[in-house]
Amino acid sequence: MSVSVDVVSPSLTVDPSDRKRQRRTQKRRANITGWTFVGLSTFMVIGLSIFPAAWALLISRRKWNLLSPPKDIGWKNYNTMVHDPDVWAALRHTLFFTALFVPISILLGMLIAVALNQRIKLVGFYRTAIFIPFVASAAATGILAGFVFEPNYGSANDLLRRLGIPTQPFLESPTQAMLVIVFIALWGQVGFTVVVYLAALQDIPKDVVEAAIVDGANRRQVFRYVTIPELAPVTVFTAVWQTITALQLFDLVYTTTRGGPIGSTTTLVYYVYQVAFQQSRFGFGAAVSYGLFALTMIVTLFMIWYSRRTKIEAF
Amino acid sequence: MSLLRAVEIEEPTSALPKKKGWLPFSGWHLLLMPIALLFALPLVQMVLTSFMTDAEINSFPPKFIPTSINLGGYQQFLTESLAPRWMLNTVLVATISVVAHLILCSTAGYGYARLKFRGRNFGFFAIVATIMIPTQLLMIPTYVMFSKLGVVDTLAAAFIPWLTSAFGIFLMRQFFLSLPKELEEAGMIDGLTSFGVFRRIVLPLAKPALATLAVFTLLNSWNDLVWPLIAISNQDNFTIQVGLTTFQGTRRTQWSALMAGNVIATLPLIVGFLIAQKQFVATMTFSGLKG
Repeated sequence: MSVSVDVVSPSLTVDPSDRKRQRRTQKRRANITGWTFVGLSTFMVIGLSIFPAAWALLISRRKWNLLSPPKDIGWKNYNTMVHDPDVWAALRHTLFFTALFVPISILLGMLIAVALNQRIKLVGFYRTAIFIPFVASAAATGILAGFVFEPNYGSANDLLRRLGIPTQPFLESPTQAMLVIVFIALWGQVGFTVVVYLAALQDIPKDVVEAAIVDGANRRQVFRYVTIPELAPVTVFTAVWQTITALQLFDLVYTTTRGGPIGSTTTLVYYVYQVAFQQSRFGFGAAVSYGLFALTMIVTLFMIWYSRRTKIEAF
Repeated sequence: MSLLRAVEIEEPTSALPKKKGWLPFSGWHLLLMPIALLFALPLVQMVLTSFMTDAEINSFPPKFIPTSINLGGYQQFLTESLAPRWMLNTVLVATISVVAHLILCSTAGYGYARLKFRGRNFGFFAIVATIMIPTQLLMIPTYVMFSKLGVVDTLAAAFIPWLTSAFGIFLMRQFFLSLPKELEEAGMIDGLTSFGVFRRIVLPLAKPALATLAVFTLLNSWNDLVWPLIAISNQDNFTIQVGLTTFQGTRRTQWSALMAGNVIATLPLIVGFLIAQKQFVATMTFSGLKG
């Protein structure tokens, strides 16, 4: 790395063409320096995302098991996709999870953040306890959940027994498994929404709250007419982000139910995993991936459009 | 966008006056205490259960505290699987990822923040655009790409996705933009090259941002399941996360060993969290993508 800002020698008689040449070499050096700094990173980021994303579109037009040569079949995979009842089932499971996970994680995150923002004792302990599940991996979380919700000797049923409530099959029941996964996902990820809301709460100017109190607002009114509107942009942002995350649910399904029982927790990404990596239908898997990508974009854009219409500036 | 702003949680800021209630303590405790226990107790139970025997775990009614410390679960997990090897692999993957991330993201971030060169806007735009691309879309083509490059089934498949990231570059760029330019200009006048300015002046100032970035990469590479799961089928090259799920698949009811494996796989990060909570919290805001 030999490039620097050259100190131009202050000679009085400089030939104009000389100066031009000098400027050109300077520019070239700046380009070389710049790309030395950003080149490898930029190449890798593009090579590991934009390039494969574009390639996936090509793969989605093929019938390909990676062993025999690929066969170009046009848009047929997409046609198969919209007529595949398993895709629709997976879509239903994914939307069910999203519809529960996103609003609950937002409400819970906001509630916990407001509570953690109070000047009370033990706040440090509460904060640590609530954030710590966030660092546990999906694998560990899934296995731990399998233990806690084990129907015979798990703690969840033990608690129900003590409260005199009939025990439940939890992850072994097609109707309850997804609900339990929502619960586990919240346990692992509410820390994220709490942190975002906590930061937003600390950004609310104190004088606004104080002014409201001087004007005679009570605590509930302050929350309703000052805090919530101040948090609106963060809420939009969190909702969009959590929706994108929820639509991609995979890890927790893999580590708890592997899509069962009777396929009741097979989400779209889990279906893509099954189709591509267990049945070697890479072309069809890529088509479903693109279908989900399109769905995510539509949902995201709708949410942003809706928030703009209601005059919340989040993006 | 709050997503890409590393947040420091300060002391509580509520400006509301304290209210005298009918309780001898604040009513907020009634909300926070059960929630905090709900979040923390499963992890406590995980640790306690790892010291029980399977017979003790299966006893009725279920026990929470082991009668004696039993290391059978740990012994079983460490000897009946390749767990020591998996841990070593994971440490290797995490180390390579963190080191590469720090170097590549800080240099690229600095380049995009401060240097002027042809193609700068294009390069930066491409990087920001990739944030929109979800991991699920990349699973299949990346696997195909890895298999063409001969990376499949090697440890490299686990760390290549984490060598650098659009998030990291963006984070570092934002940080460098917030630094005053004068110091760097003074360095230039003193005859330092761009690289010299970066190494001697800018990097020492960037320690907080680098710490956040390191935690971000550690969390992601250590806990990653998708990439090693789809790209590595040779048990010797498993990371601990993949190893754990495989172990789970064959020993569904051997909870003592499973919980021991869980403790081994999560303890390093939990200890790290307790030591450097500030950095971890700052990181959480932009590593929400986990499930």
